[in-house]
Amino acid sequence: MNLWEFLLAHRAEVSQLSLEHLFLVAVSTGIAILIGVPLGIMLTRRPSLSKPILGFANIMQTVPSLALFGFLIPLNIYLFHVRVIGGIGARTAIAALVLYALLPIIRNTFTGISNVDPAIREAGKGLGMTDRQLLLQVEIPLALGVIIAGVRVATVISVGTATIAAAIDAGGLGRYIFRGLRMNDNTLILAGAVPAATMALAADFLLGRVEVLFSRGAGVRLGRRRVIAAAAVALAAALGVWAAVALHPGAASSRIAIGSKDFTEQILVGEILAQAIESKTGLQVERRFDLGGNLAHDALVAGEIDAYVEYTGTALTAILKLPPLSDAKEVYRRVKEEYAARFGLEWTEPLGFNNTFAILVRGEDAGRLKLKTIADVTAYAPRWRAGFGQDFMSRPDGYEGFARAYGLKFLQVREMDLSLTYRALADRQIDLIAGNSTDGLIARLGLVQLEDDRRYFPPYDAVPVVRQQTLQQHPEIRAVLKALGGSISVEEMRQMNFEVDGARRAPKDVVEEFFRKKGLKSGERP
Amino acid sequence: MAAVEKKAIEFRNVSFRLPSGRTLLYDLNLSVNQGETLVLLGRSGCGKTTTLKLINRLLDPTDGQVLVDGKPTTEWDPIRLRRHIGYVIQEIGLFPHFTIEENVGVVPRLEGWEENKINARARELLNLVGLDPERFAGRYPRELSGGQRQRVGVARALAADPPIMLLDEPFGALDPITRREIQQEFRSLQRRLGKTMVFVTHDVREAFLLASRIALLKDGKIVLLGPPADFLKSAEPEVQAFVSCLSDPASSEAAP
Repeated sequence: MNLWEFLLAHRAEVSQLSLEHLFLVAVSTGIAILIGVPLGIMLTRRPSLSKPILGFANIMQTVPSLALFGFLIPLNIYLFHVRVIGGIGARTAIAALVLYALLPIIRNTFTGISNVDPAIREAGKGLGMTDRQLLLQVEIPLALGVIIAGVRVATVISVGTATIAAAIDAGGLGRYIFRGLRMNDNTLILAGAVPAATMALAADFLLGRVEVLFSRGAGVRLGRRRVIAAAAVALAAALGVWAAVALHPGAASSRIAIGSKDFTEQILVGEILAQAIESKTGLQVERRFDLGGNLAHDALVAGEIDAYVEYTGTALTAILKLPPLSDAKEVYRRVKEEYAARFGLEWTEPLGFNNTFAILVRGEDAGRLKLKTIADVTAYAPRWRAGFGQDFMSRPDGYEGFARAYGLKFLQVREMDLSLTYRALADRQIDLIAGNSTDGLIARLGLVQLEDDRRYFPPYDAVPVVRQQTLQQHPEIRAVLKALGGSISVEEMRQMNFEVDGARRAPKDVVEEFFRKKGLKSGERP
Repeated sequence: MAAVEKKAIEFRNVSFRLPSGRTLLYDLNLSVNQGETLVLLGRSGCGKTTTLKLINRLLDPTDGQVLVDGKPTTEWDPIRLRRHIGYVIQEIGLFPHFTIEENVGVVPRLEGWEENKINARARELLNLVGLDPERFAGRYPRELSGGQRQRVGVARALAADPPIMLLDEPFGALDPITRREIQQEFRSLQRRLGKTMVFVTHDVREAFLLASRIALLKDGKIVLLGPPADFLKSAEPEVQAFVSCLSDPASSEAAP
């Protein structure tokens, strides 16, 4: 399916995501203006504050989005009984986008006003203007072109950055982009990127026109009444929208929120938990999938979601920061104990499959060179290029220990997004990758998994993790999860992943089919 | 000299030091009578502009007092004081986003005059400074020549009819011919209006043309204070240096 066909076939969804995107950009830029312009003006009155404040805004721009989300999610900041910051969803995405948009707005307001000809300022002062009259009648109108240029930069940056909102279930065109990256689907990536780029160009063009209009300075005077009226309207609009966003997810106690990380398998197991709970209990399930990095864990600890599926090895090393262990039972025992004590979270029955790292090569290489185990690669490594995800490069059970355990020295090691490594391998840009053993792409791209003959990789058994509080309130969930224990094999998981990534089927349908095959009817409510 | 010797402005032992410790004015004593034009003459950096800014409280004295209408400037509300005093600077400082008419009407508008009164006053003043309101009222400053802009600057300072005018080298940036013309016009304006004026210049010819009295400043101190006639008689080397410019044909300030 080419891009045009895709956009036509999914036009309702595309416009929905575009609207969400536009909404995120408009609200965050609006709030950034309401904060940034007054702050920039204040700096012109207190220049000694300009270093710390511009420094702060500068640093905010360099904070990676996932780190920023991780910081914002557990926050609980209320304004008039409305939660304005914290949690997952649009609220936190907007807060992050505001922080990213602040710098150009504050900086341009500050420099725009500071660069007003000192002779004009002195004339105004000498004629007996108060500081406020000077600001409203002379400095702001003359700086308006520069201020709007800052808003323009902030808006264009926001259109780009708003794609990260998909990492915390806040919607927007980032959904297509992330989904496309995950599924190795160029069309899907473009379906997100092209409308976003169009939006950025349109915003740039329109605000460029406004900027030209205002840089002339002619006829733009801010009468006091007009300023107050404009500020009041902007404030009311921003607050109204903010309140709508903040109030939106009314966390009713009879609802259960199931989360997932941001890859296909996670969405499938999330959907499995959700459908199982829906069919076996009367509870309503809210799906908060696609959470990036460790944000699912953060959201679970913060009580934003009630459960998600975690992997024992990941919990042990990446979250608990404990050294890797190779005994599956021991790992499960440790994480169960530690999670209960540290977070008030319970590890329930393992689902049955182990999603460990899979060391993958092209099928033809495996056949030609007769490769079966990782140790077989040692001889070829000095001529091979390897490609690993950022995660694998940095985690304690990742690349460093792996290379040491097998004595591997590659010609080159390239660090890239995990989802891109499969394609790079198939395209012969690299010769070996560390994928996920349950990945549907393994079969689809004809890749071969080499056996971990030295048992380097710790076990990554998939296990639903639930808040203890949720289990106390809804004990019926325990039985549902117990019934799911051991029900998914590696092959079944790989097959389901392929159905979504390879056959392009909706996760919901794939999961329904899974339940039908297993004889566990879904969709039936007591 | 006018018969009524009422002091509009008075400097009493005024010194001014920068925060860095550099002293710009030393123990200045000086008074300006109502209706007279005092010209502050001197080289660049001698303290002329500083003296002017002490009058409308753009600066406050470090020591001593500046009195306007018998009241120390520090006791005046700075905004009221400045609206009581017209101010014209060399860079003119017209507001580029205002039309000529709006520029002239700034102070009346700040004072809350009615709109039709503001417009009438702006037109009256444009006529006064020799600019046809029909042609110029709706234009923007960038559409005017330097001389025309400076006329607007003077009209703007006069708008609310302040009893005192401060002029800081208002004609310094103009070409010699335009400057000569505008100086002559300003002289007749000065006579008609009868305002108290403090006029800063480094052009001795301009000083002689406009001054009731001249105060010659050097390094923050007054070298000579008196009518132009006293000036010619003085043997002070700094005065001599300035007087020699009057007859020097090489000087760009020379008369035709």
